[in-house]
Amino acid sequence: MPGLPLEGLRIVDLGVALAVPYGTMLLADLGAQVIRVESTQVFPNQTRGILARPSKKAVETMAPISGGYPDREPGERPWNRFPWANCTGRNKLGMTVDLRKPSGLAVLSRLVRISDAVVENNTPASLERLGITYEWLRAIREDIIYVQLSSFGQNGPYRDYRALGLQVDAFCGHDMLRRYRDRDPSYNTWAVPSDFAGGVAAASACILALLHRRRTGQGQHVDISMVENFINLIGHIVMDYTMNGRVQESYGNRDPDMVQGVYRCKGDDRWVAITIATDEQWKGFVAAAGNPEWTRDPRFTTVTDRIRNQDALDPFIQSFTSQYDHRDVAELLQRHGVPAGPVLDDADAFADPHLKARGFFIPVSHPDAGRHLYPGMPWKLSRTPLGVRTPPVRLGEHNQYIYKELLGYSDEEYRELETEGHIGTEYAPHIR
Amino acid sequence: MCTKLLADYGADVIKIERPGRGDPARWIGPFLHDLPHPERSGLFLHLNTNKRGITLNLKTETGRAIFFRLLATADIVVENFHPRVMPSLGLDYAALSAVRPNLVMTSISNFGQTGPYRDWSASDLILYAMGHEMWGTGQPDAEPAGMANKLNLHMAGLMAYMATLGAFFGAQFQGVGQQVDVSIMEVLASSIDRRAPSLLAYQYCGERAVRIPSVHGVDAPPFVNYCADGFFEITVGINWWAEFVSAIGEDWIRDPEFKPPVRTVQARERFDSHWIPWCMARTKKEIVSLFQKAGIPCAPLNTTEDLVNDPQLTERGFFIDIDHPMAGRLTYPGAPFRLPASPFQIRRPAPMLGQHNSEIIGELGYSAGDLEVLSAAGVI
Repeated sequence: MPGLPLEGLRIVDLGVALAVPYGTMLLADLGAQVIRVESTQVFPNQTRGILARPSKKAVETMAPISGGYPDREPGERPWNRFPWANCTGRNKLGMTVDLRKPSGLAVLSRLVRISDAVVENNTPASLERLGITYEWLRAIREDIIYVQLSSFGQNGPYRDYRALGLQVDAFCGHDMLRRYRDRDPSYNTWAVPSDFAGGVAAASACILALLHRRRTGQGQHVDISMVENFINLIGHIVMDYTMNGRVQESYGNRDPDMVQGVYRCKGDDRWVAITIATDEQWKGFVAAAGNPEWTRDPRFTTVTDRIRNQDALDPFIQSFTSQYDHRDVAELLQRHGVPAGPVLDDADAFADPHLKARGFFIPVSHPDAGRHLYPGMPWKLSRTPLGVRTPPVRLGEHNQYIYKELLGYSDEEYRELETEGHIGTEYAPHIR
Repeated sequence: MCTKLLADYGADVIKIERPGRGDPARWIGPFLHDLPHPERSGLFLHLNTNKRGITLNLKTETGRAIFFRLLATADIVVENFHPRVMPSLGLDYAALSAVRPNLVMTSISNFGQTGPYRDWSASDLILYAMGHEMWGTGQPDAEPAGMANKLNLHMAGLMAYMATLGAFFGAQFQGVGQQVDVSIMEVLASSIDRRAPSLLAYQYCGERAVRIPSVHGVDAPPFVNYCADGFFEITVGINWWAEFVSAIGEDWIRDPEFKPPVRTVQARERFDSHWIPWCMARTKKEIVSLFQKAGIPCAPLNTTEDLVNDPQLTERGFFIDIDHPMAGRLTYPGAPFRLPASPFQIRRPAPMLGQHNSEIIGELGYSAGDLEVLSAAGVI
């Protein structure tokens, strides 16, 4: 069996919250040895929970995405059972060290010496305040790659602004671009595609820098602004302004070039998404709907007519879709060459025959969370398949191996570092 | 998006388009001055910076022969046809890697190269509906809501870029060329933007993410708020409550019932009766600056116009001007990530249709006369 693409590389993951832990997991999937560096003395926001030790009652009041601990029980070590963290932890090793102490920096320094890249997305300048800078890292290892992901970038007037993915999305204009067409953006559900994109960007930039280092022997300091990365993904909308002076409004679920929408189906809160771009697809739709009278309405004759008169068309489309189950109507339309798909809730996704056939969900046993199906890989490799080699990493899970085997600390030194509060598998008692 | 990023960071990307109409993206807006023209689509111009372009009809034998000669010097092939197309042209991974054993072939498709939906048609919206957290996005009294137009497709392109780089690294240094199968549905289903954690939470506790009403279903303050000149976004919750109270600094905010989680509708209404006037008396800029000083995550809801004029993006020189022979000088988004030793660089604008036919196909040994014959035969 040939090696995974990034086998033999070691990455130090100083990430918090979502983006970098997600990005370094993508590198871990590809075979890099990713070492997650955390602290038992500091509880970073939104990383291993909203709180380290939430009460059962607090957990029950939270939406499942944050309060959805196994069986809604925080358990003895809630930080190892938090759904967000357990979606970014597979295939990683984990250690703890308190980087606020000089002895902690000494530990990190040993780790950096044997690593290829360091990736982080802490609050701006917080690592700098601890003395962790590119210059510091480079003095330890000349060709180190340092990837810093931040909301606004490593310089400029907003450098020190705090923003989570929600604020990055808002700043980039995304809230204005995705609101309901007939409601203001205060009706938006929070969303963090900028965290997703930021994580993928951090992983991409890290590989780019590794490629460059293989060629030249040169490391580098990578600066990624989540805002700049995200704007690239809505570049066509920004260019409508730079070309035409037009500030685009939200299309909601519609599209300027096609008839498109989400329509109610039979059953409770069931929906289907449909896109009708061409005359051919319209003909398919008409046939699938059983050629009803209303499809011959002159307002719906051409592509342009249908887009222009979509307000009139939508109730008719819904009168058709609402007779069917959301899966059945999508299949019926697809058989007639019409792009359509059911809106799949979280339960539907696990029952979806396609995701099943592709083996998307992967069973994973986790010592603190139990055995469950996990959402799997975003893509597949033909010769060196990706997989879950180790379950989501627990706090300090590999301290013994990393300190002793990788960093060469003796048993005695290990015990000392333990006493100093560097090494552990539980958050310090003062952390709630 | 995937090949744009490869090109923007230095790869020599040759874009192969069908003769005649070219890439369908040439026919999707926004267009310069709103006049549809294949060389003046903002979408196409943005997505194809730094590429050279040829036209080639892969349905002809000669077209395929030229393709294979180009392949002989290529490291990576990226395609996003329906999965049946490349095999039907005799261009599957087995055929391509026979010519280039270490080749990375990235195949991006709606649902992947296998499985029951393989041949389904889809769109940005449909993929979001099936793959992502659409069902839990929006208001319970309205239909599930999507993201900005084409965002999901571009995010999948970014993921495909990461996958391509990873596979290329493996081809170079482990000697393993292979095919990368990127299913956009699965990219979205594994997204850290709510979907993956929601799926896992469903496994953990049996509850789905639902659409939560923005009015009485969440803590105070909500994420999105009105103010004097627009909207701003803030995250307070339990984590930043103390900072929030001291930043407001007024008596009303010290009501113990306001501390998250707000448990009653009455408390939320009492909060709003102070909070809304407080916001309406201030501008986005004042509010963001006040809360940022207190260390609370807060940002204005910008428009694209705000972005182009933003002081941070200006200071960092993010937006760049690029000249194009038919679209003129336009402002484009710049580097998505900054690698000082191997930087993003604009070497050329998006190619015009068939612009580099003679340069690229000519280099393979075809004479000007040959090119005319190929053109007349509809091969280029």
